Amino acid sequence: MLDLAPDTKIPKTAAEVIELIADAQAGGRTLEIIGGGTKRSIGAGSATDAVLSLAGLNKVIDYAPEELVLTAQAGVKLATLEKLVAAEGQMLPFEPPNLARLLGAKTQPTLGGALATNLSGPRRIRAGAARDHFLGLEAVTGRGELMKAGGKVVKNVTGYDLCKLMAGSWGTLTVLTEVTIKVLPAARTELTLVFFGLDERRAAEAMTQALNLPDEISGAAHLPRLAATRAPLKGEMAVTALRLEGFAASVAARADHLAIALKDFGRMERLDAEQSHAFWLQIRDVQAFHEDPRPLWRVSVPPSVGWRIGEAALGEALYDWGGGLVWLLADADADTVRASARRLGGYATLYRGDGPAFEPLEGPLLRLTARVKSAFDPDGVLNPGRMAHS
Amino acid sequence: MKMPLPDDTLIARKGEIVRALRRLVPGDGVIGDPAGLVPFQSDGLSAYRQTPLAVVLPETTAQVSAVLSWCQANGVKVVPRGAGTSLSGGALPLQDGIVLGMAKFNRILEIDYANRCAVVQPGVTNLAITGAVEVDGFYYAPDPSSQIACTIGGNVAENSGGVHCLKYGLTTNNLLGCEIVLISGEVVRLGGKGFDAAGYDLLGIVTGSEGLLGVVTEVTVRLLTKPQTARAMLLGFASVEAAGGCVGDVIAAGVIPAGMEMMDRPAIWAAEAFVGAGYPTDAEALLIVELDGPEAECSELSSHVASLARARGATTIRTSTSEAERMAFWAGRKAAFPAVGRISPDYYCMDGTIPRRQLPYVLTAITQMGLKYGLGVANVFHAGDGNLHPLILYDADQPGQLDAAEAFGADILKLCVAVGGVLTGEHGVGVEKRDLMGEMFNETDLACQQRLKCAFDPDLLLNPGKVFPRLHRCAELGRVHVHRGAVAFPNLPRF
Ligand SMILES: Cc1cc2nc3c(=O)[nH]c(=O)nc-3n(C[C@H](O)[C@H](O)[C@H](O)COP(=O)(O)OP(=O)(O)OC[C@H]3O[C@@H](n4cnc5c(N)ncnc54)[C@H](O)[C@@H]3O)c2cc1C
Repeated sequence: MLDLAPDTKIPKTAAEVIELIADAQAGGRTLEIIGGGTKRSIGAGSATDAVLSLAGLNKVIDYAPEELVLTAQAGVKLATLEKLVAAEGQMLPFEPPNLARLLGAKTQPTLGGALATNLSGPRRIRAGAARDHFLGLEAVTGRGELMKAGGKVVKNVTGYDLCKLMAGSWGTLTVLTEVTIKVLPAARTELTLVFFGLDERRAAEAMTQALNLPDEISGAAHLPRLAATRAPLKGEMAVTALRLEGFAASVAARADHLAIALKDFGRMERLDAEQSHAFWLQIRDVQAFHEDPRPLWRVSVPPSVGWRIGEAALGEALYDWGGGLVWLLADADADTVRASARRLGGYATLYRGDGPAFEPLEGPLLRLTARVKSAFDPDGVLNPGRMAHS
Repeated sequence: MKMPLPDDTLIARKGEIVRALRRLVPGDGVIGDPAGLVPFQSDGLSAYRQTPLAVVLPETTAQVSAVLSWCQANGVKVVPRGAGTSLSGGALPLQDGIVLGMAKFNRILEIDYANRCAVVQPGVTNLAITGAVEVDGFYYAPDPSSQIACTIGGNVAENSGGVHCLKYGLTTNNLLGCEIVLISGEVVRLGGKGFDAAGYDLLGIVTGSEGLLGVVTEVTVRLLTKPQTARAMLLGFASVEAAGGCVGDVIAAGVIPAGMEMMDRPAIWAAEAFVGAGYPTDAEALLIVELDGPEAECSELSSHVASLARARGATTIRTSTSEAERMAFWAGRKAAFPAVGRISPDYYCMDGTIPRRQLPYVLTAITQMGLKYGLGVANVFHAGDGNLHPLILYDADQPGQLDAAEAFGADILKLCVAVGGVLTGEHGVGVEKRDLMGEMFNETDLACQQRLKCAFDPDLLLNPGKVFPRLHRCAELGRVHVHRGAVAFPNLPRF
């Protein structure tokens, strides 16, 4: 839970953020940076002298639906934005998860937090990640400077694409104060095809086969039997799901096409728009693993080999992104989990549990990463120790 | 265009430098003779030319690494080069530097359908990737008009787009990984075949870095499955306002076409005269809208788009009924640049992006600027994402016209920024827009970008003189400290 320590600062303006960081740098102090604080427990890092919360920077600055562009202060709640864009028939294409319950937080995630952690939901496979929709930013560096990068239009290559760098930097380089993102029209309808009782290897085959068809699948997940028996699904068999989104006639045509192409995978059912929506929400937020207290890993691997994480029998897995994203409940020690992810060409992050969260880097990549860190935050003011190198 | 002052001592050492490089890249991989250097003097921005010290054409990552670390040890500048089609002068050589040509890195290393990706060398052309996978129903989405010639390494460096990036994104949205060699010679792998990678998104930062951060020696691109059907529509309008309005209506209706291109009257006429695509010559503005997906989707959406166009008073509404007709609809658009080349001895292609709602205002202003400069302009552009390509018509043989064209171009880009847009949507900053960076970014913004550069290339040897209007030594940048927003940045002289 977010305990607002007495030295939690909640600036109301970018100027105050600048001042706080400049003072911290001048005084040799460190700051923990939080948005809503829901992902605060991940890679908690070392204790800092103070907490800087972006909760006070929570205004939407400009939203032009016809331009597909939205600018907001970083502390705006995702829920607020989701409502705002839905009212215009639009969506946040990267479907940012809400991991508050998974991580035992009583607060709500913010846009800045979703971008800073590059967290993306099931639609990642089709629409791209948070980083792909991050168009522009204003941020304060660890030197207490306000900088901007990117732009407020959907297509821009002027200067280095610092938005990509800040996405997934977990607040270790700069503090985002204002961000511009790309939004898209929401799908008119959705439908999910579900297959039952496939083992992990067979499910991976089904997902790969489906994703290699021109049917524009926007979600491909597999819950092995154990995960499927848990809440909220409480099923009896493994579930493999494929989502289709778009205009009704198109969704129907693609569903028929897929159903024929995948007939070898056995019994198949269709979830209507409402059921489908609920299903993908629980995948997005990893609801099946909310109650289990075991350490939880997020493993990112090439999609076709994700099932091998399950085969390694390290714990209990749940697959999204056509197999490319594996949520793994496992007591296995960190080295074993990381080694098996690496062997498959991926990496693992400990989302819940004790121990270092982030994949350690090595060699020239580690040295380059350290130089990038010090280019923005030379004195290590921001989130010290949160990522493996920082 | 001022470039950093060349270092005469390096130029004097040319013979020795060529010999040293020949030891690293044997055979015909090092070009030093004046005649051999001519083809490398410029890129697609052909108004600028410079003969480099030498051209090196390595074949392996180990050779790239050896060349770069030798260059760092000897203070020799390096300009990476793919096919040399850059329109912003990104591959323009330096008098006291070498060109590192990646043309020999021309192999497709792996096609991995199970992970929907391909691993290719940087010198492979954009179209060759699609060429290698289309028999199996796949393609690589970003499709710059130069795709028969430009290389994927150049695409990564420029973060190139194309007519289909409205729906499918730019290069950066279609990459999974790459291998780069730093100026130190160190080889670094960024990303892989998964959807993300450990640590910072350095792949995202290398993409669009215009050859300033490292040399790309391998690229892993995403492959997409080819849509079942694609249908193009030709929509003619009596005014640019009406066409612009229609673009907004289509998006507001929740339709994201695969491509949505606009041509104005001069461009329509030039294209029609060149390829006879059947474009409506009575129209002031023409939209080409491509819809793709299952047949059911294409027919539903094309009638929807047609009704939106009708409501905006479209004078022509045609929907392709065959693949041949779809290609014909595109033929004029695809040939627009050479077509304009036929009506004017020279043309200069601009690349700003604006918020779409500013389209009528900006196009009118561009026409007025043309009158002021006494130069014609044809507009062909990516209307769906507001990425303008005004083609300024001039004659380099007429004294003063090149200068006028450049001043006109700079005015257009300044206007783009003034209405909330940006200097470049897909062609990059290079040398062309370098001195306009101050329109978009202040000293602090640029210092932050340059510090990032220093993390990759502390001696500023990779492609110096591009992108940044001023060249700061890295040690100076480290000292810059802006306290509480006060700009303490010394205004160093321009080179
Ligand atoms: C007729 C025409 C049409 C065009 N249409 C489009 C279009 O529709 N969309 C679009 O976006 N662009 C377009 N372009 C611009 C150009 O084709 C692209 O920018 C392309 O990506 C450049 O690729 P290249 O291989 O020619 O690179 P080059 O021109 O050789 O180099 C471009 C930049 O990349 C760097 N570079 C090249 N290779 C590497 C490498 N391996 N590692 C590191 N840096 C490297 C160079 O230093 C330089 O800065 C067009 C150009 C022409 C001439």
